Amino acid sequence: MSTTVAEARPRRSIARWLITQIEIRMLLLTLVVMAGLSAVSSYFLTANNLLNAMDQSVVVGMVALGQTLVILIGGIDLSVGSLAGVTGMVLGLSIPHLGLYGAMALALASGAFAGLINGTLITFGRVAPFVVTLGMMSIGRSMAYVISGANSIGDLPPALGRLSTDVIFGLPVNFATLLVLYAATWWFLSRAKGGRTLYAIGSNAEAARVAGLSIRLWSVLAYVFSGLMSAVAAIFLASRILSIDPIGGNGLELDAIAAVVIGGASLFGGRGSIIGTLFGVFIMVFIRNGLNLLNVSPYWQGTAIGSIIIAAVLVERLLSGRMRG
Amino acid sequence: MHLALLQLQNVSHSFGAVEALRDVTLAIGEGEIVGLMGDNGAGKSTLVKILAGNFPPKAGELVWEGQQVHFSNPRDARAHGIEAVYQDLALADNLTAAANVFLGRELLRRIGPLKLLDHRAMEDRARGLFRQLKSETRAEMLVRQMSGGQRQAVAIARTLLARARLILMDEPTAAISVRQVAEVLQLIRHLKNQGIAVLFISHRMPDVFAVCDRIVVLRRGRKVADKPLAATTPEEVTALITGALEAA
Repeated sequence: MSTTVAEARPRRSIARWLITQIEIRMLLLTLVVMAGLSAVSSYFLTANNLLNAMDQSVVVGMVALGQTLVILIGGIDLSVGSLAGVTGMVLGLSIPHLGLYGAMALALASGAFAGLINGTLITFGRVAPFVVTLGMMSIGRSMAYVISGANSIGDLPPALGRLSTDVIFGLPVNFATLLVLYAATWWFLSRAKGGRTLYAIGSNAEAARVAGLSIRLWSVLAYVFSGLMSAVAAIFLASRILSIDPIGGNGLELDAIAAVVIGGASLFGGRGSIIGTLFGVFIMVFIRNGLNLLNVSPYWQGTAIGSIIIAAVLVERLLSGRMRG
Repeated sequence: MHLALLQLQNVSHSFGAVEALRDVTLAIGEGEIVGLMGDNGAGKSTLVKILAGNFPPKAGELVWEGQQVHFSNPRDARAHGIEAVYQDLALADNLTAAANVFLGRELLRRIGPLKLLDHRAMEDRARGLFRQLKSETRAEMLVRQMSGGQRQAVAIARTLLARARLILMDEPTAAISVRQVAEVLQLIRHLKNQGIAVLFISHRMPDVFAVCDRIVVLRRGRKVADKPLAATTPEEVTALITGALEAA
């Protein structure tokens, strides 16, 4: 018995160790990007610019958080950008009637409801996630125009703007909220049975079902969460520019999916990490920010970002492949 | 003589006009390893599915520890201590061995109003189960990084956690390397040492002769032989499977 003492000592699981590795790799990559950008632009590492980058990471970060859970179960949510558009409109149009907080609650509820429709059709209607959320993407954008009459909303209450300008514990409120939501979701995924269930669904849904996990409930909830986070993003988007436009959130789904994929998640499901996604968001934002600082034409930026997405995934594949070998 | 853990009495089953099992009577003792052999379509899978509770037999009785039992679904079979380990194993590749052993039966720790996964307790228990199986499988390893033999160990550890008394193993050595086969056969012997009975379904004659106490041969739904290992030879079993030898 005495020979097994060393073996019996609890060790960190390899899964967590590997995920930690992905997270450490993502941290290093983020630092490399930051170092590179500060080498070519002396303005990059100034407090002002970093605050600006934090501000820019909030909206895409919120959407990417929901997207991570959906991608973890092997799904995809293309509707998040449109849902941010329509829930932003719900917010703006209902403020005069419900007050700011009532309108926020209604916007969040409508985002979650759209997610519930997505999740229900995908899980119970057995329609491919790509198709359902593509349809919802179209419906969401259309509804944003319908309910607004294609008008944008300008005169928003100053309290909404304070979500982006006030400072708490030395950080802007919007960025602090982002960090808190990421921490809570990370904790849920690694500590709660629901989080374990999401990984199991993405990994082998049949095994999860046979093992008696509630795979339908948690599949639907992943889409509900994604819809909810779209509405959260809409609130912070409105707060940042103090105006709401029916085209708001356009293209956000692609940035969010890119951030999740750069962050090391597999589009086949079962693999991915919340911290990885957060760094994926930072990398996207820094690169876009750096290209602006370097006066790169916006026409070229799409090519740069697209190449970086593909390169990041290739590098991650090579690194994780070597680590497995 | 073994105490009969499970008896099948005159079990028959058919799918439409196809007679899959006909009048099969069979007993499995506590801690006994019974090899079930037969050609494709001989009725092996039907027999396993009946024992695992996937469907009840059209005729005949199942007797568990002297009591007649009816399994209308796999949960009933599991409640009596019968667990099946299937060829595809149903493991989640991206989770650790420990997470797979406890999949759906996670140990939770209560902190205030929250119930959290108790990673440490699950890893410790899984480590204990692998030690019990004398397997090298590490609790914190991801299933996708494992060999076929280690995957079998994870699937078998799941059944141990459920305190199985009889484990049905469908071709556990079919798609793995020679060294891993030795590992799986060793796992089966350890199960026997702990008083767990195994019904071992295989096409591979050497594997059956390496671990089984008794060999049962099915041909076209009928039991054509039921002999202690010492009383038969691979040649005889082959002849029984193909029909060259009518019965023994």
